[in-house]
Amino acid sequence: MPTRRPDDPSFDLEMKRTVTIEVKQLDRVVIRFAGDSGDGMQLTGDRFTAETASFGNDLSTLPNFPAEIRAPAGTLPGVSSFQLHFADHDILTPGDAPDVLIAMNPAALKANLKDVPRGATVIVDTADFTARNLKRIGYDENPLETGELDAYHLIPLNLTGMTVESVKEFGLTRKDASRAKNMYALGLVSWLFQRPVESTITFLQTKFASKPDIRDANIAAFRAGYNFGETAEEFSVRYEVKPAHMATGTYRNISGNLALAYGLVAGAQRAGLPLVLGAYPITPASDVLHELSKLKRFNVTTIQAEDEIAGVGAALGASFGGALGVTTSSGPGISLKSETIGLGVMLELPLVVCDIQRAGPSTGMPTKTEQADLLQVMFGRNGEAPLPVLAAQSPADCFAIAIEAARIAVTYRTPVIVLSDGYLANGSEPWKVPVVEDLPTIEPNFTLEPNATDAKGAPTYLPYLRDPETLARAWAIPGTPNLDHRIGGLEKEDKTGNISYDPANHDLMIRTRQAKVDGIARSIPPIEVDDPDGTANVLVLGWGSTYGPIGAGVRRVRQVGGKIAQAHLRHLNPFPSNLGDVLKSYDKVLVPEMNLGQLAMLLRAKYLVDVVSYAQVRGMPLGAAELAEVIGNLVEETAGIDDDARHLGAAAAAVKHGEALNQELHQSEGAR
Amino acid sequence: MSTVDLGLPSLPGGLKGVPAATEPQNRKEYVSDQEVRWCPGCGDYAVLAAFQGFLPELGIKRENVAMVSGIGCSSRFPYYLSTYGMHSIHGRAPAIATGLAVSRPDLSVWVVTGDGDALSIGGNHLIHTLRRNVNLKILLFNNRIYGLTKGQYSPTSETGKVTKSTPMGSVDNPFNPVSLALGAEATFVARTVDSDRKHLTSVLRAAAEHRGTSFVEIYQNCPIFNDNAFDAFKDPETRDDAIIPLVHGEPIRFGTDGHLGVVRDGFASLAVREVADLPGGEADLVIHDAHTEDPAYAFALSRLTDAGVLHQAPIGIFRSVERPAYDDLVRQQITTSQEAQGTGDLQALVTGADTWTVN
Repeated sequence: MPTRRPDDPSFDLEMKRTVTIEVKQLDRVVIRFAGDSGDGMQLTGDRFTAETASFGNDLSTLPNFPAEIRAPAGTLPGVSSFQLHFADHDILTPGDAPDVLIAMNPAALKANLKDVPRGATVIVDTADFTARNLKRIGYDENPLETGELDAYHLIPLNLTGMTVESVKEFGLTRKDASRAKNMYALGLVSWLFQRPVESTITFLQTKFASKPDIRDANIAAFRAGYNFGETAEEFSVRYEVKPAHMATGTYRNISGNLALAYGLVAGAQRAGLPLVLGAYPITPASDVLHELSKLKRFNVTTIQAEDEIAGVGAALGASFGGALGVTTSSGPGISLKSETIGLGVMLELPLVVCDIQRAGPSTGMPTKTEQADLLQVMFGRNGEAPLPVLAAQSPADCFAIAIEAARIAVTYRTPVIVLSDGYLANGSEPWKVPVVEDLPTIEPNFTLEPNATDAKGAPTYLPYLRDPETLARAWAIPGTPNLDHRIGGLEKEDKTGNISYDPANHDLMIRTRQAKVDGIARSIPPIEVDDPDGTANVLVLGWGSTYGPIGAGVRRVRQVGGKIAQAHLRHLNPFPSNLGDVLKSYDKVLVPEMNLGQLAMLLRAKYLVDVVSYAQVRGMPLGAAELAEVIGNLVEETAGIDDDARHLGAAAAAVKHGEALNQELHQSEGAR
Repeated sequence: MSTVDLGLPSLPGGLKGVPAATEPQNRKEYVSDQEVRWCPGCGDYAVLAAFQGFLPELGIKRENVAMVSGIGCSSRFPYYLSTYGMHSIHGRAPAIATGLAVSRPDLSVWVVTGDGDALSIGGNHLIHTLRRNVNLKILLFNNRIYGLTKGQYSPTSETGKVTKSTPMGSVDNPFNPVSLALGAEATFVARTVDSDRKHLTSVLRAAAEHRGTSFVEIYQNCPIFNDNAFDAFKDPETRDDAIIPLVHGEPIRFGTDGHLGVVRDGFASLAVREVADLPGGEADLVIHDAHTEDPAYAFALSRLTDAGVLHQAPIGIFRSVERPAYDDLVRQQITTSQEAQGTGDLQALVTGADTWTVN
């Protein structure tokens, strides 16, 4: 007979212990929640992220989950995890290795332990450590008892059992009761790191508003987990990571796909055009479709098309009618859209094509990240079909890059490719909310009157008459009186747009379309190089989601005294106009990529610079430590230091902030 | 997953929302300055002439007509009309036209396609456009051959057809385009013949006035690669027995002196019989009802079409029923959303509910 609501503030006052709990300061923490796909680890991670964001830490997240929606419970392929890095200073990545692992079952422990450095804290739910479950994943003996985890600060707890106990008053089945174990674990780590809990309670109240039993059980489990930290002897230390120092302003947390959706709406609004999205569901792009379909009030139309080709077709048809046509997909879908994108190049109509890259080729690894579609989007069309290519460098940057794509598409009347990837799409970071009025305005500049005179001196409309500065063609949309015209995929005569097979005209049109795209470089900022004292001999150049890991690697190298310059490309076609000069002003240029060297190939071809490619294609973001090592080695190699005399790379790779945390946890264990 | 009541709107005519012309128009205004480049004797000429003659009758502004085509001989159609037009890529015209129709309710959108374009490479877009019932008009020129690529068999060619790619005869079973459209539950399905301008124009008019997707199969002769494929419908000696005329509200009776008629035959089937052999005479004939809700009736009619060499086929409007158009519903959701939530505050959207301030 429950007499007290679990969200009653008095609930957690009763069990307060009298022992003083020490509070330790940390500058940053990497925490990973891991469990079965059905254990709600992504939700748990999202909530911890929200608590951390509202507390004011800088943060970066890495969700990692299988493509199978529910692989068999308790198996290695079914393990889902969520990693969060939070700090009292500006950070760039979700962290290479967790300081704290929360493993909800044996499979989660086994699948994640290899990433956890010795000395780290490992909190394990012991409930599923039965002989049968252990055998299923290849443990002959219980690793909690064999001593094989002695190198870690192991905290074995029967989280499931304690959860069931904490919600028994709600009369749920054991199965339903145990489902709240993720909230119990979240409560515990929320206590451990002094996270504000109000937003999670509000969230649970809203999410389960229609199921009072489930709502109350989840809130009760969350509070019980929090209170367990408060009372249990296992924990005599709590940690504090102070809010980060950030520029003044209003902040929110945002994921890449949400930022992309908002950026597309903002781009359309700043152009004064309706947004029409044609899309087909595909991982990891579907969330953009989901978000935009909620935004109808912004004059956003979403068409879930019968296939990828129809998605881009509907978008291009809408653009023909004067809307901003957008399609969102991932690599396999982009392959299918290629012919229609080529038509867009030929018609010279605005079209924004978002490629949220995933590991390929073919179906590849749908939930894993990669940046191996660069050459596909650059060249994957028949004929000479150049188009602009942009790449977002962080989750929040997806917003700005979408507006930039809309600007280029509308101003230059061209399809534009936006590259994101699974890491940016699902990862999140704090974002200083922009002031909408300060966003750039975009001028569609529709043609409303005849723009030429014909042979008889009568006013006429030439759809392929171009602006001399941008080479953008005159764009009249259906419904405009006297400007009716026909356009199509056949080669067009210069100016009139009539069908033409004239050899010289074809050569002219091919070169004109190329010159139009090349000329976009005049409207984009020069690439900025971060070279603090201007004495570096080595430049690290990246694009897309490697921005964070490269920046973190560069910081480590600098921290141990290395000189290194960093630059990052957001415009991949055309390149910023100063790129060639920048590349040639360094002795060595290192290009780290999650592919086999696609940007490196483009740079070599265009600038004849012998760039050094660092290529890793594992479906995971590059690590800061591995990049620090590669960069450090290259800096010393460039300085002529022999292989066996080099130390910079190893020193930079060894820079670790997280060690402090684990030393302290060990101390607290010793004190007990 | 749950479903909601969409609050379906009243069903306006196919041209509702398209601005009316302020002055009378004539055929010449709809003729573009481009030289027509079909082969001499091509059936497309007749359809083009009929279409140019018919458009002024619609009484809508010329600049609010948009033609979208795919690839093939017939897909050159938009170049020859002085309206807005897009000659797109193979098979994709229905998808492109869907995006246009959804975003521009003030346009009369037409898709011009052929048997290869619509039924082979673009088959998927065709069936999905039909099931959605987007307010656009599809004219499928069926010449039962690939003409632009010089004479390969098409998805409507009869089994056994000898072509460049089937020297021993085609082993493909052909599509019946009308059956296919009805299978996708198209709301307006008709068939006409290139050479019968009066019938063609009457079908086009009905198609234009229908709210939703209108599907019109046009038997069209290719004099180069598949000549005489539709001779049975044109030769005065044979046409009376070949054409099964579909006239709403009339008994389906045809043939010289009306000696043939269509009767019910077993479960959901129809058959052609000599009227003289029927116990009840004309009273036993099916009265054509294009508004029959169940597509099974129209489907049964469509099966009276010869699958091989054409000797007999129904001509006219098989089905014309009302169902909300996809694009109307999509726009209605936007309106409903704006009425409920306002037109969208971008600053509030990007700011969101969960923020913190750094001073």
